[in-house]
Amino acid sequence: MLKTFKGGIHPPYNKELTKRKPVERAKLPKLAVIPMSQHVGAPCEPVVKVGDHVKVGQKIGEAKAFVSAPIHASVSGKVVAVEPRPHSSGTPVMSVVIESDGMDEVYEGVKPPKSLDEMTPDEIKNLIREAGIVGMGGAGFPTQVKLSPPAGKTIDTIIVNGAECEPYLTADHRLMVERPDDVVLGLRAIMKATGVEKAYIGIEDNKPDAIKAMNDAVKGFKGIEVVPLATKYPQGGEKQLIYAITGREVPSGGLPMDVHVIVDNAGTCAAIANVLKTGMPLIERITTVTGSGVKEPKNLMVRIGTPVGELIEQCGGFNGEPGKVIMGGPMMGVSQSQLEVPVIKGTSGVLVLKKSEVKLFEPMPCIRCARCVDACPIHLLPTYLGKLAERGMWVEAERYHALDCIECGCCAYVCPANIPLTQLIRLAKNRIMASRKK
Amino acid sequence: MGEYRFLTASSPHIHSGESVQRIMFNVAGALLLPTLAGVYFFGLQALLLVVTTTLAAVLTEAIFQKLRGRPITVWDGSAVVTGILLALNLPPGLPLWMAVVGSVVSIALGKMIYGGLGANPFNPALIGRVFLMVTFPVEMTTWINPVDGTTGATPLALMKMQGVSTDYVKLFIGNVGGSLGETSALMILLGGLYLIYRGYVDWRIPASYLGTIAVLSLVLGKDPIFHLLAGGLMLGAFFMATDMVTTPVTRLGRIIFGIGAGIFVVLIRFYGGYPEGVSFSILLMNAFTPIINRLTVPRIYGEVKTR
Repeated sequence: MLKTFKGGIHPPYNKELTKRKPVERAKLPKLAVIPMSQHVGAPCEPVVKVGDHVKVGQKIGEAKAFVSAPIHASVSGKVVAVEPRPHSSGTPVMSVVIESDGMDEVYEGVKPPKSLDEMTPDEIKNLIREAGIVGMGGAGFPTQVKLSPPAGKTIDTIIVNGAECEPYLTADHRLMVERPDDVVLGLRAIMKATGVEKAYIGIEDNKPDAIKAMNDAVKGFKGIEVVPLATKYPQGGEKQLIYAITGREVPSGGLPMDVHVIVDNAGTCAAIANVLKTGMPLIERITTVTGSGVKEPKNLMVRIGTPVGELIEQCGGFNGEPGKVIMGGPMMGVSQSQLEVPVIKGTSGVLVLKKSEVKLFEPMPCIRCARCVDACPIHLLPTYLGKLAERGMWVEAERYHALDCIECGCCAYVCPANIPLTQLIRLAKNRIMASRKK
Repeated sequence: MGEYRFLTASSPHIHSGESVQRIMFNVAGALLLPTLAGVYFFGLQALLLVVTTTLAAVLTEAIFQKLRGRPITVWDGSAVVTGILLALNLPPGLPLWMAVVGSVVSIALGKMIYGGLGANPFNPALIGRVFLMVTFPVEMTTWINPVDGTTGATPLALMKMQGVSTDYVKLFIGNVGGSLGETSALMILLGGLYLIYRGYVDWRIPASYLGTIAVLSLVLGKDPIFHLLAGGLMLGAFFMATDMVTTPVTRLGRIIFGIGAGIFVVLIRFYGGYPEGVSFSILLMNAFTPIINRLTVPRIYGEVKTR
C-alpha cells in the first residue's frame, strides 16, 4: 500500500503535456519587474533607485524583519522604476523595474561559499537567508525561518516535498529527473543546518522516473529515504504529506515544527544547492507553462520578474481564445486579469485554459450528497461551512473549524451542485480573522 | 498577444463535471431494473402506474414552482426519481387516480413546502405512500398475485397472520405478491450495486440496515433470510434509506441511520400491527438525521484529542 492520507480527490492530471519536456532556458526579459514581496512576511525595502545600474545577483531589496527574505536582481541593466506594479496576488506591490541590457553581467559579490562540510549550521542558515531563499512550492515561506525553530521546539525529521500534486504542473518533476543531486545537496544542507539525521523525499507514484532518479541520488547518504506516495490531490499539502509519511498530525492552528517536522519543496532544496555551488542567490526558477490554451507547453527556467505574457509567447502564444490565465495550478492557483504580472519565487506554473474550457455554472441547491465531506482532507463538513458562510454565521463557522480549511479546493471540485464551497469557506476565514483583529 | 479579456475567479479552476442532474438520472436509471421486474410480473397496469406517478410528480413540481413564481427546475430529475419510487411502493393494481393523489402529496407536502430540492427532511415518496396507506387502506393492501392475477396476501402477511413461509427463490426472483417494485430482490440488488459502484450510494446504509435486521432476526428466533428478502426491505435499503437529501452526511452517521432503521423494522414487523415496517422505519430515522449529523461531526485533522 502506498502512503497517503484520508480524503482527497483524483482530478485529471494533464501532466502529459510537459512531463517529458526537459527544462529549457527562457529568454531574458526585456523588462524585469521584481516585486519587493514574494514571500510570506514583511515586504523588502528597495535599496536601489531609478537610474542605478545593477548586475545579476545584486541585492535590490533588503529584508529588515525576521520573517522576510531579501530580493536580488535577476538581470543586469538599469533601474527604470521603483513603484507599485501589478502582482499575481491581485493587488499591486512595490517593485523594482530593471531594463535589461542583455549582458547578463554577474555581480562581483556573487562567489561560491566554502564547502558544505566546512560550514557551521549558523553559516548555512545565514547563506540561505542572504540568498533570499523561500519556499518554492507556492506559499513562499522564508526557508531560513523554518530552519530556526524557537527554543523548546525540536526537529527530528525533514520532509522534501516532491509530490507535486497539482494537475498540469511538472516543474518539480523535471527538476528531480534532471538535477536529483542538487535536491540531495540542498537537503543535506538543511539537515546539517538543523542537526537532523532523518529525511524523507516524498514523490507521487505518477512520477516513476523522478522516484528512480532520486533513489539513485540518495544512495550513499545515510538517513535519506525516497518515499513513493499515492497519486492523489492534495498529497503535496504540508499536513497531508506529514501524515502520509510520518503518521503525525499537525495540531489545529499549529505548524509542522509542532510535530518535529520541517517540510521543504524540492525546488527549494535545488535553490539552496545552487547557492552552495555558485553563490548565486535565488534569481530564477522552473515554471511550467501549460494548458490547452498555449500552443507549445514547456518547462522553462525563468528569471524572476519575467512577465507571464513573455513566457506564453515563448511557448508559441495562445492556442485559440484564452479564457483564464492562472499562476499556479488549477486547484489553488490565482487567475490573472493581465499578462504583465511577473513570475515570482513561488510561481510553479502558468496555466492557460481555453475559453471553451472555462465553464460558468449556476449553483443548484445542495442535495447533501456529502461528496465534499468525503473529499475534505481535513475532515471538515464543507457543506455546513458553505451554508453558514452564505448566511453570514461566522461564529458558528468558526465552531465548525472553518479556520482549519487549507483551501485545497477539493470540496468545490466534487460538488455536483456547483456550489462554490471553497470560495465560501475562504470568505468565512477572512471574516473570522478580521473579527479577531478588532 | 492580441487583446483578450481573461476571466478571473477564485480557485479551484476545474470541476469534476458531476451534476445533480446526472446523479438523479443515474438513480432513475437504476430504478428501471426493479420497474422492469414489476412490469414483467404484473403486466401493463404496472407500467401505466409508473408512468402516471412520474408524470404527476413532475407536473406537480412544475405547477408548484409556476404558482410561486420560482424558476421551473423539473429537469434536475429529482421529481422523476420521486415519481418512480412512489410507484414502486404501491400495489400494482392501485386505481390511477389514487396514485395521482399520492404523487401530488409526495411532491407538494413532501418536498415543495419545505423549499424544494435539498430542503425536505423526509423522503417525499414515502410521505406520499404513507398518506395513501392512511387514506385508502383497503386499496393499498389489495395485492395482486403475479401467477394468475388474482388477489392474495403478501409473503409478509402470510407469515404474520398464518405463519406460512414463502420459497426463498421465489422471493429472490420476485414471483410473489407485493408492491410493484419490491418483489424482485435480484433486480433491486443489481440496481443498488450499480449505484454503489458509481459512488451514488454509500454502501454503509444498506449494509448496516440489512445487517441489523439479519442479526436481530437471528437473535429473536426468526428466519433472517426470509425477512431480508420479503416485503419492501431491499427496495428501502438500497433506494430510499440511501436518499442523499434526507440521510446523514457523515459516514458514522449513515451507519447509525441504518442500524436505527433496522431496529424500527424489527419492532414493527415482529411486535407491531403491520406486517411491514420499512416505510415507517426510514421516515422515523429521517427525523433523526439532523441530530445524528450533529452528534457525528468527524474529528478534524489535528484536532486536540479530548478525553
